[in-house]
Amino acid sequence: MSQTKIIDARDTFCPGPLMELISYMKRANVGDELELLSTDKGSVNDVPEWIAKVGHELISSEQVDNVWHIKVRKTK
Amino acid sequence: MKILVVGGGTAGTIVANNLARRLTAETRSGKVQLTMLSASDRHMYQPGLLYVAFGQMTPDQLYRDQASLLEPTIDFHVDPVKKFMLDKKQVMTEAGKIHNYDILVIATGSRIVPDETPGLTEGAEFFYTEESAVKLYKRLREFQGGRVAVAIGVPHKCPVAPVELMFSLHDYFKARGIRDKVNLKYYYPIGRIHTIEAVAKWAKPEFDSLGIEYETLFNIKEVDAKNKIVKSEEGIDVEYDLLIVVPQHRGMEVIERDNLGEGGWIPTDRHSLAMKGHDNVYVVGDTTNLPVSKTGSAAHFQAEVLAENIASIIKIGAPVRDYDGKIYCFIEAGRDRATYSMFDYETPPDLKPPSKPMHWFKLSYNQMYWTSVRGLL
Repeated sequence: MSQTKIIDARDTFCPGPLMELISYMKRANVGDELELLSTDKGSVNDVPEWIAKVGHELISSEQVDNVWHIKVRKTK
Repeated sequence: MKILVVGGGTAGTIVANNLARRLTAETRSGKVQLTMLSASDRHMYQPGLLYVAFGQMTPDQLYRDQASLLEPTIDFHVDPVKKFMLDKKQVMTEAGKIHNYDILVIATGSRIVPDETPGLTEGAEFFYTEESAVKLYKRLREFQGGRVAVAIGVPHKCPVAPVELMFSLHDYFKARGIRDKVNLKYYYPIGRIHTIEAVAKWAKPEFDSLGIEYETLFNIKEVDAKNKIVKSEEGIDVEYDLLIVVPQHRGMEVIERDNLGEGGWIPTDRHSLAMKGHDNVYVVGDTTNLPVSKTGSAAHFQAEVLAENIASIIKIGAPVRDYDGKIYCFIEAGRDRATYSMFDYETPPDLKPPSKPMHWFKLSYNQMYWTSVRGLL
């Protein structure tokens, strides 16, 4: 059964939001939804770039009060 | 008042020693009892493993007896926790002993899990244990040329180690006079060559000038040890003659077994360092799920804050500081240069050009660590 997991990677320079997402993605099950919270504007580009390259699904990406909320689904 | 520190690595040792000093009168009078449980009677200076891999230190130089590092008022037992019973304010040890506590500090650390990546143990070298660092040194010593691939598992401890490794490999092969026979290539999980933007901006031209090649967005999926191919989640296959990896890490088994945290990382408040949902349980070092580097430096700064707060809670009934995300990491840029990266939750790192004095400072710190872990520095 799929579930949504919030990854709070706000205000982090190391390991950084994308590295946090990859770490959680490794432990997730296929079909799981993950929502990354990031204050790094670079996440808007680097997360979708990685998601596309590895073949997972980008569900949405929006900015709310200077925090980017990026939802993805593990597909394999 | 019983304070129990579980874990005798950098974080646990600094917390315990710092507490022992702050609470000298209370421990001598019996008002406070301070106990440490650890899995080992030895303490390893883990950053030294990189030097072991290049023949610059020997393993015996990395160790001290744990008991020799601790203040005498700390009741120290080599008896790791088998079960956490937070609802009863108790832990049970491997020896079957029950320890009660009023305040619990969990500092159990992390472990490499190379077996979780198919083929990795058979096909790759690494340096995150004494045995593997010595083995890597022997492999490097006999290496006469070819393709050296360096790939990075996620998550991993000491995020600057991958770039330090590349500079060290370059200098090592150069010193042996075979650098021109070695294709040195670095494979990194995200879209730039280091997760810290300032480190990536600094290291990229350095790599270019040294002839170190790189490919980004490469996450190790499996290793075909027989055919010497490392495959990525992103669908890239790389042939190698020598594969060196930073293996994926997890928290300790007991944390996962007792459902304290997914992956062995315990949900922790980023400022108070309290375990979420538990006012009398604190987490420090690699064991937290905080989005900060898993390094001795983070452990050190967290441990100082936590010890001061616990002592204050006992003395005045309230904590006095927040952990601000502070981290200071040396970055070795080869055999004779180094720089550093310092940052916190709000202040990004601003790298300075590498220098020889900073390298000498790092070499000095390799010895000063023993002062640091005693809670004196």
